[in-house]
Amino acid sequence: MKGTFPQRLDQKFRRQLPILLTLLLILLDAIPTRLPDFAVVSPLFPLIGIYYWAIFRPDLLGPVPAFLLGLANDIIAGLPLGVTPLVYLLVHWLTASQRRFFLGKPFLLAWWGFSVIALGSQVLRWMLVSVIFGKAVDPLVVVVEIIITICCYPLVSWAFARIQLGLMQNA
Amino acid sequence: MKQHSGASGRLATLKLLLQRFAILAMIMASLGLMLLGKADTALMERTRTTVDDMVMPMLDVLSQPASTIARGVEFVQDLTNLHTENARLKAENRALMHWQTVAHHLDNENRALRTQLNFVPDPDPAFITGRVIGDTGGAFVHSMLINAGEDDGVRKGQAVLSEGVLVGRIAEVGTRSARILLMTDINARIPVILEGSRAKAILAGDNSSRPRLDHFSPNLVADPGDRVITSGDGGAFPPGLPIGVVASVHDGVIRIEPFVQRHRLEYVTIVDYGLAGILPAETTRDRTR
Repeated sequence: MKGTFPQRLDQKFRRQLPILLTLLLILLDAIPTRLPDFAVVSPLFPLIGIYYWAIFRPDLLGPVPAFLLGLANDIIAGLPLGVTPLVYLLVHWLTASQRRFFLGKPFLLAWWGFSVIALGSQVLRWMLVSVIFGKAVDPLVVVVEIIITICCYPLVSWAFARIQLGLMQNA
Repeated sequence: MKQHSGASGRLATLKLLLQRFAILAMIMASLGLMLLGKADTALMERTRTTVDDMVMPMLDVLSQPASTIARGVEFVQDLTNLHTENARLKAENRALMHWQTVAHHLDNENRALRTQLNFVPDPDPAFITGRVIGDTGGAFVHSMLINAGEDDGVRKGQAVLSEGVLVGRIAEVGTRSARILLMTDINARIPVILEGSRAKAILAGDNSSRPRLDHFSPNLVADPGDRVITSGDGGAFPPGLPIGVVASVHDGVIRIEPFVQRHRLEYVTIVDYGLAGILPAETTRDRTR
């Protein structure tokens, strides 16, 4: 790594952006929106972060950060610990292993891929939470969450793409 | 040169193996955490509250603009409803004036009767007010984070109210943040009583916005609109806190519409009625300290 100290620091910060942005999405998910019925169903923004960066920069958001981000998500959201780390880890592993399939391909393909991943990961999460609680959580809300998340994907991934192009070209 | 590429090839294989092993280890760790969460809840709780305390300042700041926007939207809505709202309030005011007279009368009568009976009143409860900084969980958990904790006098098991109606109870306490388990959460159970018939039941959340009644006697009669209040059984909550009204009775399933509007919660009141409750371990220890 070359350059003066501030330049190196700047470079280091840019390389942490995927993790920081996903963490920010976890926090944003936890903010009270004060919209009726929005608290019951909230889009799973952090999942978009894990998926997007697993395709485009798996070197900057690897499996270990995915695990830790899942842990942070569980703690902040008050979920049983261990559920989301497992889900994020599997999402990351699956996406990163198929990333060649998505790279340089039309956006719709990535969107379709995300829809499949979102569905699978939420079904897994639903099963794990239901087993831990010892009773089935209403699946309807989970389905609504998946649909909202899939609808939000273009916006969030567009923002990520802008940031990636603007700030992380050489990172 | 060949030797070198062979060595780097081995290194790459080793790196790949290590990465695979790390992923496997993390999967095992996730499963381990889930099992540990079932076994040692105290340890998990400490972990959670420590992290919650750390993110509290961030959420505190981030939640401010959201409240401001919500307030702005509400202001515009209020402006459009000004006329109808005014008419409604006037009608309500007339009704309330009547109730005020009744209340004065009852208050006087009550005071007179108490002096006659040498009645020892309940101690006045202590109040703590906290701001809601996190509304989390989505489909699986109904809980909220507030910016008051042990340092402010919040203790586990305390009742959380908003404008006099029940919101939930304190489930976890950090030093400067606490988590409220809402009554709609799938793990929330509150002993209640139907105000009219005095029939007892358990209010059981199921992550829907309308919790249901459980464990009631088969001949219980409930009609939509009946008020539901806490019964005080089990000592978790004091008796008489308003919860909601019966919303629907369908195939023996009674659902309650809570008075509290979750999305409107900005400030909540944590009330210490001095009840040890069904979560005695920590509360009693705190009390003896």
